[in-house]
Amino acid sequence: MKVYLKVWRQRNAQDPGRFVDYTVDGINPDMSFLEMLDVLNNRLISQGEDPIAFDSDCREGICGTCGLYINGRPHGPLPRATTCQVHMRHFKDGETIVIEPWRAKAFPVIKDLVVDRSAFDRIIQAGGYISVNTGQAPDGNAIPIPKEDASKAFDAATCIGCGACVAACKNASAMLFVAAKVAHLGRLPQGRIEARERVLNMLSQMEKEGFGGCTNTGACEAECPKGISLENIAFLNREFIKAKISF
Amino acid sequence: MTLYSISDKKLDGKCPTGPIEKRWTQHKASLRLVSPANKRRLDVIVVGTGLAGSSAAASLAELGYNVKVFCYQDSARRAHSIAAQGGINAAKNYMNDGDSVFRLFYDTVKGGDYRARESNVYRLAEVSANIIDQCVAQGVPFAREYGGYLDNRSFGGVQVSRTFYAKGQTGQQLLLGAYQALMRQVARGQAVLYSSHEMLDLVVIDGKARGIIARNLITGELERHGAHAVVLCTGGYGNVFFLSTNAKNSNATAIWRAHRRGAFFGNPCFTQIHPTCIPVSGDYQSKLTLMSESLRNDGRIWVPKKKDDPRKPTEIPEEERDYYLERRYPAFGNLVPRDVASRAAKERCDAGYGVGPSKMAVYLDFSDAIKRMGRAAIEAKYGNLFEIYQLITDENPYETPMRIYPAVHYTMGGLWVDYNLMSTIPGLFVCGEANFSDHGANRLGASALMQGLADGYFVLPYTIGDYLADDIRTPKIDTRHEAFEEAEKSVNERIEKLLSVRGKTPVDVLHRKLGLTMWDYCGMSRNAEGLKKALQIIDDLEDEFWKDVAVPGTGKEWNRELEKAGRVADFFELARLMCLDALHREESCGGHFREEYQTEDGEALRRDDLFSYVAAWEYTGHRQPPVLHKEDLIFEYCKPTVRSYK
Ligand SMILES: Cc1cc2nc3c(=O)[nH]c(=O)nc-3n(C[C@H](O)[C@H](O)[C@H](O)COP(=O)(O)OP(=O)(O)OC[C@H]3O[C@@H](n4cnc5c(N)ncnc54)[C@H](O)[C@@H]3O)c2cc1C
Ligand code: SF4
Ligand code: FES
Repeated sequence: MKVYLKVWRQRNAQDPGRFVDYTVDGINPDMSFLEMLDVLNNRLISQGEDPIAFDSDCREGICGTCGLYINGRPHGPLPRATTCQVHMRHFKDGETIVIEPWRAKAFPVIKDLVVDRSAFDRIIQAGGYISVNTGQAPDGNAIPIPKEDASKAFDAATCIGCGACVAACKNASAMLFVAAKVAHLGRLPQGRIEARERVLNMLSQMEKEGFGGCTNTGACEAECPKGISLENIAFLNREFIKAKISF
Repeated sequence: MTLYSISDKKLDGKCPTGPIEKRWTQHKASLRLVSPANKRRLDVIVVGTGLAGSSAAASLAELGYNVKVFCYQDSARRAHSIAAQGGINAAKNYMNDGDSVFRLFYDTVKGGDYRARESNVYRLAEVSANIIDQCVAQGVPFAREYGGYLDNRSFGGVQVSRTFYAKGQTGQQLLLGAYQALMRQVARGQAVLYSSHEMLDLVVIDGKARGIIARNLITGELERHGAHAVVLCTGGYGNVFFLSTNAKNSNATAIWRAHRRGAFFGNPCFTQIHPTCIPVSGDYQSKLTLMSESLRNDGRIWVPKKKDDPRKPTEIPEEERDYYLERRYPAFGNLVPRDVASRAAKERCDAGYGVGPSKMAVYLDFSDAIKRMGRAAIEAKYGNLFEIYQLITDENPYETPMRIYPAVHYTMGGLWVDYNLMSTIPGLFVCGEANFSDHGANRLGASALMQGLADGYFVLPYTIGDYLADDIRTPKIDTRHEAFEEAEKSVNERIEKLLSVRGKTPVDVLHRKLGLTMWDYCGMSRNAEGLKKALQIIDDLEDEFWKDVAVPGTGKEWNRELEKAGRVADFFELARLMCLDALHREESCGGHFREEYQTEDGEALRRDDLFSYVAAWEYTGHRQPPVLHKEDLIFEYCKPTVRSYK
């Protein structure tokens, strides 16, 4: 099959950037989307042209490195899949595909489709952990945890930190990402001790990084490749209120 | 031409002696300590933020050392460990099924086909239980039973259930625990994080590791970083094969550069080929995807009894299926160790019984398990793996069996370290998959996560103090030292050299050729003739690389092709050493199967009288014959026997 690409090219953060057209032919529908870009890049390289900068690592939907805005949707057309899990069989022969980077003030473009998401690390640094030093832990079974709580915590903890929720949100809010961590830790007894500081500090860091506020449009949940639920934002809101009253 | 020379001095792993269950405790008591006030004056560089690196960096920072931690991903949380699926072993005996530290130790030594050090493995088993406690305290959401207690499942090569798991995302959850612990130290200012930085050389001053040269991958700047000790936790080198289950960017540059600076390389040819991966579908393929070993708990592996059977798998009746693992290995059945399962799949496919379009695949079938437990139970256990499978292949494994084939997965070899995890360069420590230590010639499932975290949380924080105790009066390492000058210059020259070729062939194309060569001649089975041939092909490919590689752009910007080119250049050199090691080891053991050495029924034939040693290779120059140093392996507790899973 054959596709026509419109790819965002931007040399660096200062460059205003533009779309450039490419045609890719001879595609096997079983190729992954990123493999299609590999093929294009190797062609560009052989011709002495600058390949399209994009990032990926695990290529199986778990590391959160990849992240392209494809035809107006973060991670492309498939529900609950990352960019690296999209295959060419999900496109039509002859289709035009528009590829852009995540767009958010807090995620500045490094080159072409690669953005800087270190803001997420700083949000975690603000409180996305349980303070326990190596060696301090009691026996693993000393704290039984109801299966239901453990599995809800787990579901929240499967966030891969990709940033699609931010890219999907008209306010470029990182609320789903923050809520996932607040809920993961807050639903476990070990995480209750620091619950109050956690929610306040993480939210304040989110704001400092330049992410917008949450207006509950739900666009994040719809585009999250891991199906992180809005329930987590509701949980965060409860934590926030609790934190405020306990002042 | 002589391919290598042999040192007549034996290499000493510095293992403690005495009763094995007391060794680590006694050793710890004998290690020197560094006082809190002195720790504040000592700097440690940790390269890598996988399970080994994050756990080491966090633990060292908690102790009060000044830690600098590096990774090439844009966030520490994206290290390759994130992709581990199935689980982590620990001798907790929560299942009351007769597990113990000794049994985990024994299974691991046996699983490794008697090519690992007893002392190290025992320590690993001993600290395994602490790892689970630590992770639970950090909030790692392990699977639980209805009573609220931790659940376990079983993995290959063992007869107890000792594997802790978080659905199919165990690596992710463990790594997030360690990453969060590290972020906490970053927030405290006790650790400084350098993400998007790649270490390109090790700096050695007066024989000691004193720093690294790193490239800022966003700006392209080279940076000098000094420290009193350097810890490499840079993962495995499976990507020498191009196609593997490793993340695309996993590479050997850090350990290879350290090897060139004097660190011996242990057992480079010991590679693990994992039996259950999604088969190759075309020549554009960029990586292979693992289907976790845990699936073999409930999935049954088979091929049709008839060659080239055209029927759909669901139409082939029970009696016309060959459940070849259950047939050949009734005691362990589908749960034989990985090397055994992989070879058995290759044997069936080579004999013409393979399935799927390429005929290089076998079935992994869940229909019996679904009948027995119901679809919901299977979904709860393996849901995300089934989803991954379906996304890639467009087939529904609830309805039709998965098609799987072995793929390169893990490297047991790595930099040689002593019992204290220190390499042959004083002050250079190596943890996790990057070292050669605990898995011998074959790693058991769910043991890499255990080893990475054992090294980082519970071993290195003790042993590094013993080394640093001599350094409390050493001032900050001055990065203006000529050794830094020289190392930076050589890194720069290499980058310039890569950029100046301006050839026509993309890095990937040459890497793929190297990978295919390695897969054909140094993969699941090897022989002397093929290995010699591979050595020749590797030289030719390397020449072609330096004549015709196309690296666009400059060194002063984000340049993925330049990064890849440097890594592949190192892979050529490592590939040569792997083949040489495989050629020299004239026996079959674990993942190293030499066709010349097999039993009548095709099982691996070990030659303990000749090869019961660790092969540690010393670098002597590019394409120069390396020196082989032997560390004898002594088995006092697990007497080597023929490994039988029948
Ligand atoms: C798909 C898959 C599933 C697996 N499942 C399991 C499982 O269920 N159970 C199990 O026990 N094991 C499993 N394994 C094996 C296990 O995941 C790995 O062996 C283990 O995670 C390695 O951890 P590590 O910390 O040693 O290295 P890695 O996690 O590979 O981390 C390497 C780190 O080093 C950094 N790095 C490397 N080179 C440089 C450099 N030059 N400069 C700067 N930074 C550098 C990287 O950025 C990264 O942070 C699995 C492996 C794969 C591929
Ligand atoms: S919440 Fe979902 S979309 Fe947002 S970072 Fe996590 S996984 Fe990505
Ligand atoms: S590359 Fe890892 S999630 Fe896509």
